[in-house]
Amino acid sequence: MTKYVEEARVIGQRVLNRATKQIDLIAPRIAAEAVPGQFVNVQVSRRTAPLLRRPLGIAWVDKQHGAISLIYRIIGDATKILADVCSGDVISVVGPLGHGFDCSAKHPLLVGGGTGLAPLLYLAESMEEEGIRPDVLMGGRTADDLFWKDEYVNLVERMGLTTDDGSLGTRGTVMAELPLMLQRLHYDCVYVCGPAPMMKAVSAAVTEAGIKCQVSLERYMACGLGACLSCSCQGVGKRIKVCQDGPVFWAGEVTEW
Amino acid sequence: MVRYLYHNRLATDIAGLKMKTPVTTASGTFGFGLEFTDFLDLEKVGAVTVKGTTLAPRAGNKGQRVVETPSGMLNCVGLENPGSDYFLKETLPKLRKYKVPIVVNIDASSPEEYGELAAKLDVKGVDAVEINVSCPNIKDGGLVFGTNAKSMAQVVREVKKNTSKVVITKLSPNVTSITEMAKAAEDAGTDALSLINTLIGMKIDVHRQRPVLGNVTGGLSGPCIRPVAVRMCYEVAQAVRVPIIGMGGIMCAEDAVEFFLAGASAIAVGTANFVDPAIAETISLGILEYMDQHNIKKLQDMIGLALPERQ
Repeated sequence: MTKYVEEARVIGQRVLNRATKQIDLIAPRIAAEAVPGQFVNVQVSRRTAPLLRRPLGIAWVDKQHGAISLIYRIIGDATKILADVCSGDVISVVGPLGHGFDCSAKHPLLVGGGTGLAPLLYLAESMEEEGIRPDVLMGGRTADDLFWKDEYVNLVERMGLTTDDGSLGTRGTVMAELPLMLQRLHYDCVYVCGPAPMMKAVSAAVTEAGIKCQVSLERYMACGLGACLSCSCQGVGKRIKVCQDGPVFWAGEVTEW
Repeated sequence: MVRYLYHNRLATDIAGLKMKTPVTTASGTFGFGLEFTDFLDLEKVGAVTVKGTTLAPRAGNKGQRVVETPSGMLNCVGLENPGSDYFLKETLPKLRKYKVPIVVNIDASSPEEYGELAAKLDVKGVDAVEINVSCPNIKDGGLVFGTNAKSMAQVVREVKKNTSKVVITKLSPNVTSITEMAKAAEDAGTDALSLINTLIGMKIDVHRQRPVLGNVTGGLSGPCIRPVAVRMCYEVAQAVRVPIIGMGGIMCAEDAVEFFLAGASAIAVGTANFVDPAIAETISLGILEYMDQHNIKKLQDMIGLALPERQ
């Protein structure tokens, strides 16, 4: 798969909650090749500060119009600048990067939290196009974090919701719901993307239940191309680069969370 | 080799290492070069300097390895690499298909081991070795040798003794006098110098109240270090006769030109590769444009123009 540097025109931004936005970009070459689970490296400014690109998971692709959507949390200088970008502006985007999900599941469950739900959204969309409606289990701190339910509602069969404070769905983490879902619903593969403690706990439970599990890791990275080794971590018997060998791995390939 | 690439106006020579353009890639920022072939033509780069290579594989440092700083970044990768056997067997054959000089950056934990590694890499396809005596992120090599003139000279002599290739010594800026180190490397027989490696720095997370990087400190790179690098290049160029490969925060052609004017015969692009993976090719074209604007026929005509004896 070829990677491109695209000068992408912004066609819109949308507020999803107090700290999360969606940006839509025209990037036809990336859109043509991107598969669920891949990411792009976005340059938010042409100046030297912030200097590095920011890696963001692809949340949606419109191959017909050559558009991609990214969903990001406004947490630092770079994402603050990105949040102020307007329709018509052009930003440089490198992608599509990394390897995506193995989409062969017939009865999948998606488990996510935070912006980890962005690549899972593209996965749900592409599964739905293939006539498979996955179940989704999402966790957040409060009901406000679960704005995602509106994005997923038309793509999935069942939706499990958990919040730390109990303001929406079951009180607790996704682990409060997961065991029962695994027991009752006979999934053949579980796809996880979210905070490291969530992925570690979910993949352990899924593996123990004898079900295949794919995780999408997040690491600080500079190049996104496998050159700088910032995101390298220990796999089973070998070093793995999250940007190049991942970000999606089978749970059994990961030893460092 | 494409003989008249860039109309031969950018040709440069680093102690016999002939390059079509003075724009090379800095070790550790360009992988093995193969990661960048979607974005640029490797044959339009002056030389590919590959990731720091050690005799045996190294896993590198644990924890967070990179953090952004004002107009720069800190890294503490810690020389993760697959080792010399893997490089020779798997990487070099692929890289050799491109008609571009290959420089291997080498690191070891004793002068003898540097020699052994240099001997092992004295093979067809490798055009030069760059002695890394300046990596700030490992405990048992690199900077240990790069901050002491005597130990560095010992390493340079061992490498020279064990290779027929061009030997480049990469200097650390983390010293009291860079000219003293440069002279020591020259006296020990290095064919060329490259400078600078990263400056040691650190960042503290004020909310967690602890260092951000897994290795606590890291190497600072990017445009924020460029003035330091230009100054050191300017000083070293006046102190030694061997050619210099200048580097440190080069983001565009004008940045590169600063180094030529300060006496460098070639330059390396480092952190900028992360920002724009095609930059190493773009900068050569930018240098040509600068030369046209300033009526400079050949690269050689502008090397050292800002040095005191040329003013």
